[in-house]
Amino acid sequence: MYVAVKGGESAIAAAHTLLAKERRGDPAVPELTTEQIREQLTLAVDRVMSEGSLYDRDLAALAIKQARGDLIEAIFLVRAYRSTLPRFGYAEPIETSAMTIRRRISATFKDLPGGQVLGPTFDYTHRLLDDSLNGGAAGTPSSPARKPVSEDAKVPHVADLLGHQGLIEPNPETESAAPVGDLTRDPLSFPAERDLRLQSLARGDEGLLLALGYSTQRGYGRTHPFAGEIRLGEVEVHLAPEELGFEVPLGTITVTECEMVNQFKGSAESPPQFTRGYGLAFGHCERKTMSMALVDRALRARELGEEIVAPAQDEEFVLSHADNVQATGFVEHLKLPHYVDFQAELQLVRQMRREWEDAQRKEAAE
Amino acid sequence: MPEAQRIHDHPDARVVSARQELMEICAHATEAELTSAIDALDPRPEATDIRPAETGLVMLRGRIGGSGAPFNFGEATVTRAAVRLGTGETGFSYLLGRSKTRARLAAVLEAAGQRPEYRRSIVQHLVRPVAERLESERRATREEAEATRVEFFTLVRGED
Repeated sequence: MYVAVKGGESAIAAAHTLLAKERRGDPAVPELTTEQIREQLTLAVDRVMSEGSLYDRDLAALAIKQARGDLIEAIFLVRAYRSTLPRFGYAEPIETSAMTIRRRISATFKDLPGGQVLGPTFDYTHRLLDDSLNGGAAGTPSSPARKPVSEDAKVPHVADLLGHQGLIEPNPETESAAPVGDLTRDPLSFPAERDLRLQSLARGDEGLLLALGYSTQRGYGRTHPFAGEIRLGEVEVHLAPEELGFEVPLGTITVTECEMVNQFKGSAESPPQFTRGYGLAFGHCERKTMSMALVDRALRARELGEEIVAPAQDEEFVLSHADNVQATGFVEHLKLPHYVDFQAELQLVRQMRREWEDAQRKEAAE
Repeated sequence: MPEAQRIHDHPDARVVSARQELMEICAHATEAELTSAIDALDPRPEATDIRPAETGLVMLRGRIGGSGAPFNFGEATVTRAAVRLGTGETGFSYLLGRSKTRARLAAVLEAAGQRPEYRRSIVQHLVRPVAERLESERRATREEAEATRVEFFTLVRGED
């Protein structure tokens, strides 16, 4: 139990001044600007936006700077900020099929409509440290090659290609006016349906999802996944404010989407067909969306009548531990003063110890 | 009757889509582009705040599996403003981000866009240049991506 404490104001103030000094580092080295973080540490910004569950590149960059690069602390700062703002409403669902694509790959079909577009990827790099980036003297990189594109070439979702042949399950349809779960409004309760699970996973900790996704590949709730498609790019966002009565374009956001194609044996009711797992995140978060898609599929065990035997299939376990702000809050609160609680425990151990020693002496005497 | 109210009561698809087109341009325009479009309006419109610019959140939504039922995906910062011109038109703006200056400018332009005498100036000083810039940026993005298109070949492995 944590009991409130008083005092320590001047020590706390001094600690925070020291923190500011540590944050700045060697004053002989130029101070990092939030614009530099926003433009050059883009994947850190993307992770903070995704897990902070707030799309705002400038705020994420500021949070990363303030948190000295501790991304979970930065996510915490972003979550705290968002709780101060009013909610204007719910946007219309984004249409990822209309994305301006910067990267799009499929591990299931070699040749597919729209093709395989590598985009800005670490894949196929040699993972050798590049000394030319040292010392800030790398200069402007050479301009990337360009190739003309045919106008408005459609890039269909890979799963839709299978869908046309009935070889993959259809996505759950919208029941018009069916409420969409929102865990920022109502606390999560179980069983949780897929809309709530996806919301929780989208803001969930990348490390946890990576480990759980990996565990399914290693046999703890195996789902036979293929990366049907990963796409990265910009989508338009629309809001229909009540005061206007029509949709207003708000601007564009960058998202990463992953569709996993998984095996399913079929049952008496449904013919053998592939099943799906889905991942979506703000910015360029490929590892996150792949892990999310694996875990989303594993969590469908109940719906698909699969035996629940592994952690990744247990929605209460996964969703209760996915939020790194909650997790760090509970783990880190252990370092706050627990003096009273500990004194009680100490007294109890001393008493038990006395009783044990008395018993020992009695036994020796007999 | 304010323009927004009129549209709400008697939806006129053409009026609505014209407003949406201008709102889309405003959503992508920089502060400098919005400012120069306002400066070009003659006479400069008088606008009063119905609602001063304020920043809040909009919950964004995705679709399950990319095309299915919606789910709440995460929030974005959005700044909105509403103004009324001296001539009675009301203008609204909802823009991603936290710039109150951009939101106010966009709301004024949205209102001005409803007056025929401003249309030509707005097209010339805002719609056309911003659309051209966006088109050139989108083209660059798509052409750079296109240059990374890959053709994989499958090879037969093993002895036979």
